[in-house]
Amino acid sequence: MTHAQASGRPRTVYFFGTCIVDLFYPGAGLAGIKLLQSAGVEVVFPDGQSCCGQPAYNSGYLDQARAVAWAQIKLFAKDYPVVVPSGSCAGMMKTHYPGLFRGRPEQAEVEDFVARVYELTQFLVDVLDLELDDLGPPVKVTWHPSCHSMREMGVADQPKRLLHQLSKVELVELPRERECCGFGGTFSVRQPEISAAMVTDKIGAIAGTGADLVLSGDCGCLMNIGGAIEKAGGHARPLHIAEFLWERTHGRR
Amino acid sequence: MSDARTAILGRLRAAEGKTPPPAEHFEVVAPRGWSGEEKIARLRRLMESVHTEFLDARGGDWTALLQDWLAQQGLAGLIYPPDTPLGRRLAGQWSGATPLIPYDRSLAEWKEEFFAQEAAGLTGTQGGIAETGTLILWTDETQPRTLSLVPPVHVALLDVNMLYDTLWQAMREQGWTNAMPTNLLLVSGPSKTADIEQTLAYGVHGPKRLLVVLVEGDPAFS
Amino acid sequence: MAAADFRAKAHDALGNRELRANFRRAMDGLMSKRAMLFADRTEWTALRALGAAVRARSLLRLPELLEQLETRLRDNGIQVHWAETVDDGNAIFKDILSRHGARRVVKGKSMVSEEMGLNHALEAEGIEVIEADLGEYIIQLDHETPSHIIMPAIHKNKQQIARLFSQKIKDAEYTEDVDRLTDLARRVLRRKFAAADAGISGVNAAVAETGTLVLVENEGNGRMCTTVPRLHIAVMGLEKVVERLEEVPPILSLLTRSATGQVITTYVNMISGPRKPGEKDGPEEVHLVILDNGRSRIYADPELRNTLRCIRCGACMNHCPVYTRVGGHSYPGVYPGPIGKILTPQILGLETTGDLPHASSLCNACVEVCPVEIPIASLLVRLRSEGAGKTPHGGAPVKGAGSRRKSQEDWVWRAWALVFRMPLLNRLSNFALTRFGWALPSDSPLLREWMTVRSRPRFARRSLHELVRREGIPHE
Repeated sequence: MTHAQASGRPRTVYFFGTCIVDLFYPGAGLAGIKLLQSAGVEVVFPDGQSCCGQPAYNSGYLDQARAVAWAQIKLFAKDYPVVVPSGSCAGMMKTHYPGLFRGRPEQAEVEDFVARVYELTQFLVDVLDLELDDLGPPVKVTWHPSCHSMREMGVADQPKRLLHQLSKVELVELPRERECCGFGGTFSVRQPEISAAMVTDKIGAIAGTGADLVLSGDCGCLMNIGGAIEKAGGHARPLHIAEFLWERTHGRR
Repeated sequence: MSDARTAILGRLRAAEGKTPPPAEHFEVVAPRGWSGEEKIARLRRLMESVHTEFLDARGGDWTALLQDWLAQQGLAGLIYPPDTPLGRRLAGQWSGATPLIPYDRSLAEWKEEFFAQEAAGLTGTQGGIAETGTLILWTDETQPRTLSLVPPVHVALLDVNMLYDTLWQAMREQGWTNAMPTNLLLVSGPSKTADIEQTLAYGVHGPKRLLVVLVEGDPAFS
Repeated sequence: MAAADFRAKAHDALGNRELRANFRRAMDGLMSKRAMLFADRTEWTALRALGAAVRARSLLRLPELLEQLETRLRDNGIQVHWAETVDDGNAIFKDILSRHGARRVVKGKSMVSEEMGLNHALEAEGIEVIEADLGEYIIQLDHETPSHIIMPAIHKNKQQIARLFSQKIKDAEYTEDVDRLTDLARRVLRRKFAAADAGISGVNAAVAETGTLVLVENEGNGRMCTTVPRLHIAVMGLEKVVERLEEVPPILSLLTRSATGQVITTYVNMISGPRKPGEKDGPEEVHLVILDNGRSRIYADPELRNTLRCIRCGACMNHCPVYTRVGGHSYPGVYPGPIGKILTPQILGLETTGDLPHASSLCNACVEVCPVEIPIASLLVRLRSEGAGKTPHGGAPVKGAGSRRKSQEDWVWRAWALVFRMPLLNRLSNFALTRFGWALPSDSPLLREWMTVRSRPRFARRSLHELVRREGIPHE
């Protein structure tokens, strides 16, 4: 927090795209970058970046997670805030990097990095105090907060505050919104039946809202929820909040 | 079995932590600064929300009020602790229709009869706790444990001058650590259960009803 | 055995609509009741920090406190027994009961006694053991085990209980009225209390400085079991001790609010000795059995030790999206839900229960509500790591460490790390996946599992790396 706040509005930020965004939802990443740029912030995208290491970490392969994490940290060496369009990947960094490197020579450097990590909507609201002007047609949306954004990153109402700024967007509360969608990385294939039951309940709740779009800040959730809606022939379209905000405020690319 | 003791403690000791213990901050369970009336109101509200009944005998004669109440309930009797100040007071002043039954034997001597009584059991209290709506009961030679447990109705006398904000305050100010009775009991309502579909039902094993009689400055409680 | 069991049982539970509705309804109710009582976030944060500190301090000085507890209990006239294993624990019970010629025993709710299989052990000796907590009584009638550590019969609805009572209780009429069902149990169990030779109970906290056993309950069955019979035997896991009496209030407050959304339970019973000369009731003898059963091994590791902070409130299962759907009977061992996923593998060993730590989406809902700040998600990851033989640091070995190791998985993660560590490799693989990922076969086992209820994930045609370069965004 200190880095961004001490200097007020930072001039430059790093963007950490995440592996899921890189391969499946690059549009969400690009929209995040453009939102930052349109707020007058210079965005640097270290080219060597790949993944935060969470998949290996969650599987208990800590050495592999550490190696990949360290490879990222080295690429983000300058004193810029690190903005991540995913509560889960940002949460991995914030909550688990310190433990992964505790008592190791890299510890101080890791802690410096961790202190600079922001989830995208957190950064847009808390640091940039972003103001949005809605240019889109009326639409009904619902919001799925990801578990790690809430419980590891401490993202609270920032996404909803952004959505509430959009005059023609009706935000419908998702029943049991705080309950996990059932993704959980390898959980979805290690316990496929339980995961399926969870996502089935989730898309039922989404359908119940009558929303045209289900928005989230995490592409893992969107892949899970969106895949289930598509398979079930549901109505709501899954979309990352960054892409939605960019579309609403700048029209379709 | 001492082998087990040695082995277990040995394993624990081998791993015992050397890190400094985390600090404890008790402010969150410390007194709230409630006035006497606030304490009474809070205790009543919380206890009534779990079906506790109240008789306010402050400034009056609790024995007479209790007599009337018992007569209205049609209970078979009032079992009371005879060797306590309140028991003596009760016996000395009782003129009601409800028979008084002294708990003057060991439980074994009248277990069947005692369990079968459709009577109320009377106990004193060592005060109450406003935060949770709770009565403090001590058991000793004069006040048996089962008196507040087995009869279908429990009547407890509570001196409003002995209300504490929190449990933490009560145990410290009454010096519990130096003199724990064999059985110290906190009672916050009649017996209840929610084991069937989360539906509250009262009187599953212990008393079905709890009547708290509020008194103030009665010498029988000093 | 047990691991495969979990998936099979979860499968059955997921297909049982009545069961799922019972759990959903119950968990929704418990969550909202708890939330109301912790609405003041400042108070919650402070109380939770205190609760966590109390438990952490107790564990830091555990051996010392256990000795102090033993001394104080003995001074108070309570006899103390130590059991390394569940068999030892059961043997101690049998021995005490047989010395007293006790044939009829009433028992209050105790998860440690479930862990020991105490009822079976005593019944094998011809001793009648009656579970007196209404929920426990219900499941005992149906020869079941608890499906929840606080609400053991939570998987049943009142129609099922009505049927059960009408079939199993003599002269009972069929009724779905909860008050009448409760009254029915009252009548049966009162006779049992009056006739019992001995009472058995668990312990919610044991206070070292005063030699006091604290028991929390709503029904009064616990008081009956510990007051009416001549003999009372309590049993606890060795982690239940706290140092000082003043540490009990925060633990109690966190326990009852987290468990059932009550500011306090109807009864809090603090037992500091058997009946004294001149007292008219109370047990003539009180015993405490302290059970290890793997806990001292858990204690040996500073990280895993946090498992032993648990005060058994059940909030983790009430908030668990997995537990809510599969119910308590799907889990091996006696502790279901998130706490079971970290405790059971450490007690029973990862050989048989190594899949349990993986049965979590790591959503952290349990971590958020745990009143003593147990880092459950981190411990799940630690146990996954232990199972795969990737023990990070030299604590005491977890039972069955490395038993889930698969060389195939080792290679997958090694290759993964290589790709994501080496920018060039990553670039190549991204290129390949974005261009040719569509050609990956859909019938690979993992993709098949994914696609049971989801469409196939589609790789983007260009990676974010490529878009960034195309857009001219600085990419140093």
